[in-house]
Amino acid sequence: MIHFVQTLISGLSLGSIYALIALGYTMVYGIAKMLNFAHGDIIMVGAYAGIVAVFQMALPGYAAILLSIVVCALLGVLIERLAYKPLRQAPPLTVLITAIGVSYLLQNLALLVFGSEQKAFPTIFNLPTIELGPISIDGITLATLLVTATIMVLLTLFINKTKLGKAMRAVSEDKEAAGLMGISTNRTITITFAIGSALAAVASIFYGAAYVYIKPTTGSMPGIKAFTAAVFGGIGSIPGAMLGGILLGVIEQLSKTYVSTLWSDAIVFAVLVIVLVVKPTGLLGKQISEKV
Amino acid sequence: MSKIQPSPLVEYPSKAMIPERDLDAVPVLETHHLGIDFGGLTAVDDFSLTVGKTEIAGLIGPNGAGKTTVFNLLTNVYQPTRGSIMINGFSSAGKSTAQVNRLGIARTFQNIRLFSNMSVIDNVKVGMHNSTKESLLAALTHSFGYGKAERIATERAMELLAFLGLENMAGAVSGSLPYGAQRRLEIVRALATNPRILLLDEPAAGMNPSETQELMENIRNIRDTFGIAILLIEHDMSLVMGICEGICVLNYGKIIAKGTPDAIRANPTVIEAYLGKRGGKTNAEG
Amino acid sequence: MGRKEKKSTLEVHPQFSKNLITILMIAVLYGVVAYLVYSGNASRQLSNMLISISAYIVMAVSLNLVVGLLGELSLGHAGFVSVGLFSGCLVSIATVNVLPIAARLPLSMLVGGLVAAIFGLLIGLPALRLKGDYLAIVTLACGEIIKNIITNLDITGGALGLDTGAIYSNTKTLLPFAIILVFITTIVMMNLKNSKHGRAIMAIRDNRIAAESTGINVTYFKLTVFILSAFFAGAAGVLYGHSFANIKPSAFDYNMSIEILVIVVLGGMGSVRGSIIAAIVLQVLPEALREFSDYRMLVYSVLLIVIMLLNASPKFAELKGRWSLGNLIRHLRKNKGQEAADHE
Repeated sequence: MIHFVQTLISGLSLGSIYALIALGYTMVYGIAKMLNFAHGDIIMVGAYAGIVAVFQMALPGYAAILLSIVVCALLGVLIERLAYKPLRQAPPLTVLITAIGVSYLLQNLALLVFGSEQKAFPTIFNLPTIELGPISIDGITLATLLVTATIMVLLTLFINKTKLGKAMRAVSEDKEAAGLMGISTNRTITITFAIGSALAAVASIFYGAAYVYIKPTTGSMPGIKAFTAAVFGGIGSIPGAMLGGILLGVIEQLSKTYVSTLWSDAIVFAVLVIVLVVKPTGLLGKQISEKV
Repeated sequence: MSKIQPSPLVEYPSKAMIPERDLDAVPVLETHHLGIDFGGLTAVDDFSLTVGKTEIAGLIGPNGAGKTTVFNLLTNVYQPTRGSIMINGFSSAGKSTAQVNRLGIARTFQNIRLFSNMSVIDNVKVGMHNSTKESLLAALTHSFGYGKAERIATERAMELLAFLGLENMAGAVSGSLPYGAQRRLEIVRALATNPRILLLDEPAAGMNPSETQELMENIRNIRDTFGIAILLIEHDMSLVMGICEGICVLNYGKIIAKGTPDAIRANPTVIEAYLGKRGGKTNAEG
Repeated sequence: MGRKEKKSTLEVHPQFSKNLITILMIAVLYGVVAYLVYSGNASRQLSNMLISISAYIVMAVSLNLVVGLLGELSLGHAGFVSVGLFSGCLVSIATVNVLPIAARLPLSMLVGGLVAAIFGLLIGLPALRLKGDYLAIVTLACGEIIKNIITNLDITGGALGLDTGAIYSNTKTLLPFAIILVFITTIVMMNLKNSKHGRAIMAIRDNRIAAESTGINVTYFKLTVFILSAFFAGAAGVLYGHSFANIKPSAFDYNMSIEILVIVVLGGMGSVRGSIIAAIVLQVLPEALREFSDYRMLVYSVLLIVIMLLNASPKFAELKGRWSLGNLIRHLRKNKGQEAADHE
């Protein structure tokens, strides 16, 4: 039982990281109507930014985190302006391929600058392990859970209560109508990319803290899993991304512990396929009925 | 509430392309108490209609009355919640839209739904899909009867296109056609499926009076040549009153009147539905 | 009068001349290549690439059926390649001492193709209810599941991969089979496009609801597309496998699926000729960029982005239109017509 609870908590922690990344995917999809395939690689950039900040710029932990977030946000905005904005009217597949190009570009730039051997992520936090009776929770794990939960609450409030959040919802419903109402779609989309990338940076901090070793290809698999999680929860739905991410992490961790690490990926993806067959628009996805 | 009679206007056998017609046989379309609910909303209720084998019938009503919903029900795009549909005497219950088409009912759409990246003639050939004898093996190898089947399909498709004056645009990409031509192409494609009844959803939308006149002639021509029935949704009253032999009026998902054009024109309930009560007096009384 | 009729029939059947050009193009390319290889004049570099390029051509053309013709995004194509490769190569290994290569290779490719086709059906079934991005994710998931399963099987050598030393063959031996496979795949795909079935598939792509209302059984065609596409991908995999001494299942993941997708999109959706050209270019380019060595992949990714941006800009589209092969032919024909008219 104790083992189960601990596994569950690890799963929630992993799921939180996926959820943070998935949020970026889903927000950009909902508002700019595109799949930013390069999103996973922004995590890799964030992690390297953290490494550079601590080991080469000798910045203290909190400054490193801030730097990472700023770098990622700026990178997200830069990519949007250069590669995606010119393709606003292009068919979705064109944008997807461009995003793939951006993804390769980021990976290869990192390869050139940092080399292919893995680098260790700095120990920014020295958090103690909490003992709750028979259950011991790693400090990082707890921090991941708490911070992610806080971010999700803040994000939900932001989307629902603020003017900018309302603008983002409007643009995701109907870009043209929103424009006609005086909302600057360009600014809204740019801010969406910035927020999404900033979230990815936060995810990279926790990822680095938990998994330590960073390579240029580090962002790829978590990116794919987070993308899967976003679709799983219903692409375009923020609560869906949170739910999808967490569930995916939990399922993955449970599979790793109770079945085998060799089969965990297959199980996670199999669950996804089954759920989508039963609910074709994802767990919380909107049923967009075509007008006949 | 008179039952719509099969039209006596067309002499049998007319210059129909499909010869086996029998005026005494079952009506081409019959619905009994058809209805559908969307969640808590009843969109259509107690819809009972009969359309004769070579009848031109009209389905009219104010905006949002549920007319297109009826078309979607007739073609099983929506599965009815209650009631039944008989096409040529066969029940369409539980069938897919494609299967329903094979029973003999074809339609056009309110917002044109062409295969816009395909050529005009290919659109028609898709319509002829079920009558083209070409197996998958023939398709992959371009033999085993492929040449013959394609030749027949091309000939027939050109004939159908010529019927509505589109033969010169056969190779053009259908999405690039002017609006009126696109509408006509949709009708040709529907005709290519060899239907017994053709459902036209607002065929005159966006047309000027002379185009509407031409459309009226085309519709009559289609009925006379192919010997099929036509049920159309329209807002243009000149068209409806001009060619429909029987009219069914829908409001809030329910039939409020059925009859000949003259009867409908004078029906107070219909007038009220379209114009609203005018201080208690309606045209019929005034 | 005669010329006018010819013009209208050609307008209705322009596909035939286009397809002929594609076949001629492949014939010429492979003719040149075969000459170089068999006369011993082919460089080591070229010889090593040939089988791989041929396999990628078939993979791209088969994916184009799903992405270009049916209009659905499939991100799991490498899974079909993988399944075909391993099953076909196992058969080949089992019969290496029993059958001559002329029988063994086609048999293995057939088996690989059929096994892949079965998986095409299995993956097509859940895909039926799904659309767009949801379909894409399921195909990606299935590709990863396949990879995971094969990695864990002992019979395929597990994670260390399958030892294909016994059946490894050089380019001279494999080239005829590659040529045949490429020709068959190309012809079958082009034939399908110009047939009743091809039209039905494109109709589903353009407007599914209208296709259904026109009597087209969408389920049947979606499944047919997945099965056919998978079959050829599997056969290509078998060919590919015979050109290596060891094959790891981990290579056939979503990255490879994406590689093939990029080829299809760059070549033009639905264009068989485009897929062929793009497959060749995208396989040759990294080799040609070898001088840049470290910067090679960087240049590749920048090129990819630039090409997509160019493709989308209206100015470029206009340029492309003016210089297209079709326009060139029309221009030549017009001039010939002018000459004939002048002589009358």
